[in-house]
Amino acid sequence: MIGWQARVQAEITYSSDRSLLVRLGREIGAEARERVRRLLWLLQAEPLAAVRNLNPAYCSALVTFDPARTTHAEMERALTRYLERLEKVALPEARLVEIPVGYGGENGPDLEAVAAHCGLTAAEVIGRHAAGDYVVDFLGFAPGFAYLSGMDPRLATPRLETPRRRVPAGSVGIGGSQTGVYSFATPGGWSLIGRTPLKLFDAEREPMALVAIGDHLRFVPIAGEAPCR
Amino acid sequence: MPLIEVRSPGLLTTVQDLGRYGCGPLGVTPSGAADPVALRLGNLLVGNPEGAPALEMTLTGGTFLFPEGALAALAGADFGGAAWWTTLEIGAGQTLSVGAAREGARCYLCVRGGIRVPLFLGSASTHLACGLGGLGGRRLQRGDVLEIGAAAGPCQRRTLSGRARKHFAPSKALHVTPGPEWDRFEAAAREAFLTQACRVSEASDRAGLRLKGAALATRGFERMITEGVDLGAIQVPPSGQPIILFVEQQTTGGYPRIAVVAAVDLHRVGQLRPGDEIRFTLVSLENAVALARAQERLLVSEEFLFGG
Repeated sequence: MIGWQARVQAEITYSSDRSLLVRLGREIGAEARERVRRLLWLLQAEPLAAVRNLNPAYCSALVTFDPARTTHAEMERALTRYLERLEKVALPEARLVEIPVGYGGENGPDLEAVAAHCGLTAAEVIGRHAAGDYVVDFLGFAPGFAYLSGMDPRLATPRLETPRRRVPAGSVGIGGSQTGVYSFATPGGWSLIGRTPLKLFDAEREPMALVAIGDHLRFVPIAGEAPCR
Repeated sequence: MPLIEVRSPGLLTTVQDLGRYGCGPLGVTPSGAADPVALRLGNLLVGNPEGAPALEMTLTGGTFLFPEGALAALAGADFGGAAWWTTLEIGAGQTLSVGAAREGARCYLCVRGGIRVPLFLGSASTHLACGLGGLGGRRLQRGDVLEIGAAAGPCQRRTLSGRARKHFAPSKALHVTPGPEWDRFEAAAREAFLTQACRVSEASDRAGLRLKGAALATRGFERMITEGVDLGAIQVPPSGQPIILFVEQQTTGGYPRIAVVAAVDLHRVGQLRPGDEIRFTLVSLENAVALARAQERLLVSEEFLFGG
């Protein structure tokens, strides 16, 4: 609990009586993401026995532990030792994952509205969306849901005033300056511009999540209506 | 394999255990029993490992037929209809009917051997929002048939002691520790949070409990970066009405966290129902850890749980 530590370029705070929050950067971006990815990799390759869960995000990881087995101070020391090794971690190469998307029509009922909001044609929205090189910042919100960086700022569209009660799984949406693929049928407030037949999360598959933190992602338009489940 | 036939499921009944941990990097939340203490105690009453899968009922219980009979126990909020907190011997062909909660929100039907469902990421718990785990990822329906697992070791029939029942009874006062953004809330907001009671709203479920009370000011939190959030974190969205994140919460969140429910009282959150008036008591992290440790000692004390 001593603020930003220059030596390990991180800050460890106590989030609850069973967790610590490790902040690895102060702004969203490639640098923080890479450091979160390294810490996650280390904690998964060499797990600490008392750790119960890890919740990564843009610039941080919440580390939940079993307070019957250790203390905040011991966890802080152990995590600091990992942070000291962060730069030496050899990460597996990031993958490029292509996501086929049927844009517009029933798959993307809000495509025209997004185009109107952005002052573009529907075809231009598709072109710009599919031209982006996206990077997975982390998985959260729902199993397998990827928070992505890299959307063309011209495509930014406010969230719907009234969220949908149910967005079909595989829907590709834009919410504010973000884009993403709904991994499950959930309520949602993003504008839907398309849909992929791929399952972002499949409990019967190994690995269950289609993408992981650090992966690059590209949307590939596929022709025709309703390619989807 | 002995079975349980669901004659009527009750309001919302799911298979739950102590949840799946370690899946945060996949965006998968732990789920699990809303009142894990009740689940653990119920399992002890039927000689199960404390985390064996059981049926979690919400506000209104169900009716269950046991064609081959079973040893069972009802734990958590007393819904009536059968004896609570004691080993029940259910004969072949008998039906167990569970009533409705007068106080508290959830009860557990634990059976010797546990409820057998395929595990998802190491746990039998149902994650309703995503349709994963449990029985087909969903709430139980009339006509469902559940398998009872194989039991190991001997089982002593027993009854939870009066003092243990009293100790773990539902309470509307929750210990909290300062949340990650506690210091950044205005003093008036912190004081209102601790001194003014608020009510649990109807719009509450296993993902979160929405509270209604004096609106807390959230100035200065416009540039929050989404971070991992604790189970029991109390977020304050711009409306100023706090939300307690619960077992089916999202793994991350972007609202300021004024406080986090202490581990010792997480099980009490599972017994809150819409309309309940609740109060928060701030404790230091050190005290919260001490309270949790003391509770864990009671939960493994045969003398406290079953003595005299």
